[in-house]
Amino acid sequence: MTLTVAFMVGWLTACGVYLLLRARTLPVILGLVLLSHAANLVLFLGGGVPAEVRPPLVGSGEGPMADPLPQALVLTAVVISFAMTAFVLILALRNRRSLKSDHVDGERRES
Amino acid sequence: MSQALILPVLIPLVAGVIQVPWRSIEPQRVIAFVALAAQAVVAVWLLSAAASEPAVFRLGGWEAPHGIVLVGDRLGTLMLALSTALAAAVLVYVVVGDDKRGRAFHPLFQFQLAGLAMAFLTGDLFNLFVAFEVLLIASYGLLLHGGGGRRHRSAFHYVMLNLAGSLLFLVALGLLYRVAGTLNMAQLGPALAELSGTGRAVAEAAVLLLVAVFGLKAAAFPLSVWLGATYGAALVPVAALFAIMTKVGIYAILRLDTTVLAGLDFGIGPVLHYAGLATVAVGALGTLAAERITDVVSYLLLVSVGTLLLAFGLPEAAGLRGGLYYLVHTTLVTAGLYLLGGVIARQRVPLDDGLQAGAPLAQPLLLGALFTVGAVAVIGLPPLSGFLGKLMILQAPLEHGQRLLGIWAALLGAALVALFVLARAGSTLFWKQGMPSGPQRTAPWGTLVPPAVLLAASVALAAAAGPADRWLAAAADDLRHSEGYRTAVIGEDRGGQP
Repeated sequence: MTLTVAFMVGWLTACGVYLLLRARTLPVILGLVLLSHAANLVLFLGGGVPAEVRPPLVGSGEGPMADPLPQALVLTAVVISFAMTAFVLILALRNRRSLKSDHVDGERRES
Repeated sequence: MSQALILPVLIPLVAGVIQVPWRSIEPQRVIAFVALAAQAVVAVWLLSAAASEPAVFRLGGWEAPHGIVLVGDRLGTLMLALSTALAAAVLVYVVVGDDKRGRAFHPLFQFQLAGLAMAFLTGDLFNLFVAFEVLLIASYGLLLHGGGGRRHRSAFHYVMLNLAGSLLFLVALGLLYRVAGTLNMAQLGPALAELSGTGRAVAEAAVLLLVAVFGLKAAAFPLSVWLGATYGAALVPVAALFAIMTKVGIYAILRLDTTVLAGLDFGIGPVLHYAGLATVAVGALGTLAAERITDVVSYLLLVSVGTLLLAFGLPEAAGLRGGLYYLVHTTLVTAGLYLLGGVIARQRVPLDDGLQAGAPLAQPLLLGALFTVGAVAVIGLPPLSGFLGKLMILQAPLEHGQRLLGIWAALLGAALVALFVLARAGSTLFWKQGMPSGPQRTAPWGTLVPPAVLLAASVALAAAAGPADRWLAAAADDLRHSEGYRTAVIGEDRGGQP
């Protein structure tokens, strides 16, 4: 299970970095979204690997409980990255309108 | 008393929220001044209270690691007071007219101050992340203030870089929490000291990731490329306010190095040293190439960031005292030079702030005198504060003789380049005449007073160097002996164990 999650984090990061290095604004923003998923997963894992711990609720069964603090941290981080994504999307749309281009450097290119 | 620590965050936050519904600018301005006056009173009060012992406020009464603590020690309250002073100067400058060039300047300004206050007072790394996000999202808005293609383009780069940096911050926090079980700065140090093997390796990686993230905020080379374009594109008062933004990164590095990693060898020192050397070199080369006054100031800011990294990267915290003095000096003087550049640009209508011979200025004597004071201060010539700060940093490596050559070469070389560049810029601006004099527009007092006061602060800092240095030496002592901070936050009975 740990290996699976680790692989997920790695794959999300790889795809995110690839998209982040693209020249158009929309792929770059999508790359950022993937990267934020990877970061949130890493943070989430700080509380225990999902299959090995039970939810931090009273009466949810036997065995070790997940640490609830990282889950609170992830919640905060998710809200922040959601807001930031919305902001950067608007910014990219405004850029496209004012610069007549969706290139990250705002250049006008034939394509 | 300790509850007052939340006020510097609450006051601007509430003021910003009240400002939002107002459409006209006058009520917003009134609220901004009232809030800033209250902020200044609180900041001075906290600053004087921090002299005895660090004040600690546990939000909601929760103990660490589950709760967030605010800590008002000497360094934190000093940075808070510094940012408030800077904000006051910028606010006076901006109400002359620049705040009308876009909607919502004042609420964003207040949210920025709230984020800054939270970053300087928090004793929790995750809360520091939240503070960074608050001050960054406000800074995105402020950067766009005034509009225009150039601003939009550089804002996109700035936003993407900082968002990527924030994600690295999150990853580092996840790793640190996994191995140490806490993100409270006071608890983290003892928890990290107990690690060995894989846990230690993970912690080292996380700490170096944090240094990279803070280095991005501080514009340490090679993470400095955004600075010139961003600050050059921002409106002048916004760039002046951003003079404190790079210092937030420096502050976070300093806090990490002294409070969290006290006594632990995580190898940050050499990283800071070489990053500092490269930053000074790149900044000095940048000033030579800059074609506009604002760009010259931006690269001088880069040089000052490198200088601070060099000072704080010295082993055994030898450079703390000089570094803190230089930090106060450079923040005020850089902001003053940005504002002065804005005043000069307004009197050179077609050229704006381009460094070419243009029409004569309307107030050459006054502006020339201010420019000279600013140049002397920022280069580090006697008798102003830049000289004293650099002198203290130059003396610091003499104690143990390490890294002497690099620091002396970088600081003295950069000062020589800055002297040359500013002499050239000054003679171009004030002496050469390449155009017939057009309509002369004298600057309103509202725009002249803030840069004059900020630059006069350098004179004051040099005149009061004795008391200032004694106070900063005490602050440096606090940082060198982090037990005081730890005891204040987690209490003695638990011996620093989470």
